[in-house]
Amino acid sequence: MKDLVGIKELSRNEIELILNTASSFKDVLRRDIKKVPALRGKTVVNLFFEPSTRTRTSFELAEKRLSTDVLNFSVPTSSVVKGESLFDTIKTIEAYGVDFIVIRHSSSGAPHFIARNVIASVINAGDGINEHPTQALLDAFSIIEKKGSLEGLNIAIVGDILHSRVAKSNIYLLSKFGANIRLIGPPTLIPDMADHNVEVFYEMDEGLKDADVIMMLRIQMERQGKGFFPSTMEYFKNWGLDMRRLKLAKKDAIVMHPGPMNRGIEISSDVADSGQSIILEQVTNGLAVRMAVMYLLSGRGENV
Amino acid sequence: MYSNMLIKNGHIIDPSQGIDGIGDILIEDGKIVRIEQKSGSLEAKKKKNNDFRTSELPNFQIIDASGLYVIPGLVDMHVHLREPGFEYKETIKTGTMAAVKGGITSVCCMPNTNPVNDNKTVTEFILRKTYAEGSCYVYPIGAITKGQKGEELAEMAMMHEAGCVAFSDDGRPVMSSLIMRRALEYSKALNVPVISHCEDISLSEGGVMNEGRLSAQMGLRGIPYASEDAMVARDIILSELTGGRLHIAHVSTEGSVRLIRQAKERGVRVTAETCPHYFTITEDEVKGYNTNAKVNPPLRTQRDVDAIKKGLKDGTIDVIATDHAPHHRDEKLQEFDKAPSGISGFETALSLSLRLVYEGILTMSQLVEKMALISARILGIDAGTLKVGFDADIAIVDINKEFKVKSENFLSKGKNTPFEGWVLKGMPVITICKGKVYDWRQNE
Repeated sequence: MKDLVGIKELSRNEIELILNTASSFKDVLRRDIKKVPALRGKTVVNLFFEPSTRTRTSFELAEKRLSTDVLNFSVPTSSVVKGESLFDTIKTIEAYGVDFIVIRHSSSGAPHFIARNVIASVINAGDGINEHPTQALLDAFSIIEKKGSLEGLNIAIVGDILHSRVAKSNIYLLSKFGANIRLIGPPTLIPDMADHNVEVFYEMDEGLKDADVIMMLRIQMERQGKGFFPSTMEYFKNWGLDMRRLKLAKKDAIVMHPGPMNRGIEISSDVADSGQSIILEQVTNGLAVRMAVMYLLSGRGENV
Repeated sequence: MYSNMLIKNGHIIDPSQGIDGIGDILIEDGKIVRIEQKSGSLEAKKKKNNDFRTSELPNFQIIDASGLYVIPGLVDMHVHLREPGFEYKETIKTGTMAAVKGGITSVCCMPNTNPVNDNKTVTEFILRKTYAEGSCYVYPIGAITKGQKGEELAEMAMMHEAGCVAFSDDGRPVMSSLIMRRALEYSKALNVPVISHCEDISLSEGGVMNEGRLSAQMGLRGIPYASEDAMVARDIILSELTGGRLHIAHVSTEGSVRLIRQAKERGVRVTAETCPHYFTITEDEVKGYNTNAKVNPPLRTQRDVDAIKKGLKDGTIDVIATDHAPHHRDEKLQEFDKAPSGISGFETALSLSLRLVYEGILTMSQLVEKMALISARILGIDAGTLKVGFDADIAIVDINKEFKVKSENFLSKGKNTPFEGWVLKGMPVITICKGKVYDWRQNE
């Protein structure tokens, strides 16, 4: 495989290979010297058309740990502001002879469009409201670390599923591995995902019962006042995760969040900072997973 | 050029006269002067020797149409010629030429040009340009409101006098029910239809494809069927209230078909059109973020396709138009949500519609009605017929000829088609328009 544009396009075997490879890279990250020469001489361009700190930093660090040459391309200083088309931008970048293009873009399908038009490997770092595949991979990696496998787990995904590319990628991944997926949120924010073996709950207390994993999603403030929900206060009352609700899940349930969090809006501080929260471990695992993806796409190891 | 000709031995289909049989058509000075039927009707069988003697017709071009259908040139009541303002997408010259290649001899161009066709000066410009460079007849459609803004009525009567045959704000639907009411009322004085692109833009805002499981899965914002149905319902009610003539453009949903059917049963003055893509393909074409399948209204589901076919069969949908919407390659070579909506339709419309005949949904005669006669009647123009005395605007069609759709061969500047590579059966092989004969077989 040349690109990673989405989880939808991956088979279960391919996902397993990435997760196993990530496991080896996690060992590397525990060493004193965390840099390996695996991709020395390769060039990566990080093409971020949307503001991002976490994902971009994670990719950049993963790229540096693999010894690649990293080029950061951020939109405010680029020719995109001068009206250049995406097609021309990527063709220009390709002319530099880059090996990887990591792209974040507000248009769903932008990575697919790029992948069709360049020879370099394209990695989707989030496109519109479509997918964020490396986030789902690191989430799966984190769950497996804690729970051993994904099969049969009750996994509740809570919040703005409609606009969340993280939720979408997670749904595609988890459904491939036989997890019981529960979508919890207001009806205005839950799309029709019936093809992916999900159960929908508008009542959060009910949806959290016996959950093994609770994935909280970030609520984007700009959705307020657009008719999706009346106020953040009402939202937190109905779909926010606090200690009382956490107790409805299994005793050893883990709490996840892709960040950045809105404390007091979708998640209370005591939950976010509790022993059940693995939010910071997710960040560490993100590095290992992104290293694995690039390593495999470069043709090293087996074909992804 | 030849304006005297004899089309011999073709299978003539002309629903305006109930003709469906083998015969000859004699044309003098670009007008139809005689039709002789040899089979297919009682009259034809009564006559014995009704062959033209070609020796008696010197200086006549003889067109042998044996094995071919001879039908009135098609009347396409929904097209975008892009001139003035967007000549990089299409011009009156290239657009009308592409239409003629598709067997279309009359087109109605929508007003979303730059400047908008919302005053008689623009109407006159289009007609002057057509006179100078057009290969087929162009009947402009004027804007309902100034600047298509939906706020105040445009000078409909003056545009009508200048040559507009209908009024529409096309892709920018009139959201104010009051303005739509006034337009339907006012248009009664002119006895012209108001054409409505039915879309509640507050429901479809930001949408780029049909709303449903596929849009959720592709992460693309959806346009729900309710956005169309709600406006169809509103406009039917307003037409009922005012008695104004309403024509619903490009029907794409099952619900619209149902609402129009019910309205017709009640006797509302409503007519409706659909386009070949709405009865041929579904939202699945969008997969892979194919911008050539991005169109507004969006491609829907198989259920909608089936309902539209049923609506065509039972007469709920009166007309097949193309909504020919050419765009530049660079505009379609973009992110899906940034690419403009539209399909270049002139050069595939008849072939795609002939599939309805092969499937047994329409007879050849019904197809000609929907693609020529009824649209001409709705617009009140002299076209869509082979009656004696009318201009000889004729398409000669080989319904057995197979070809592969190659947009690079389109005469339209717009190469944006979701049918690229399709093998279609049946195409116009000769078009006669404005006294000129175009034999498309010569170019092969």
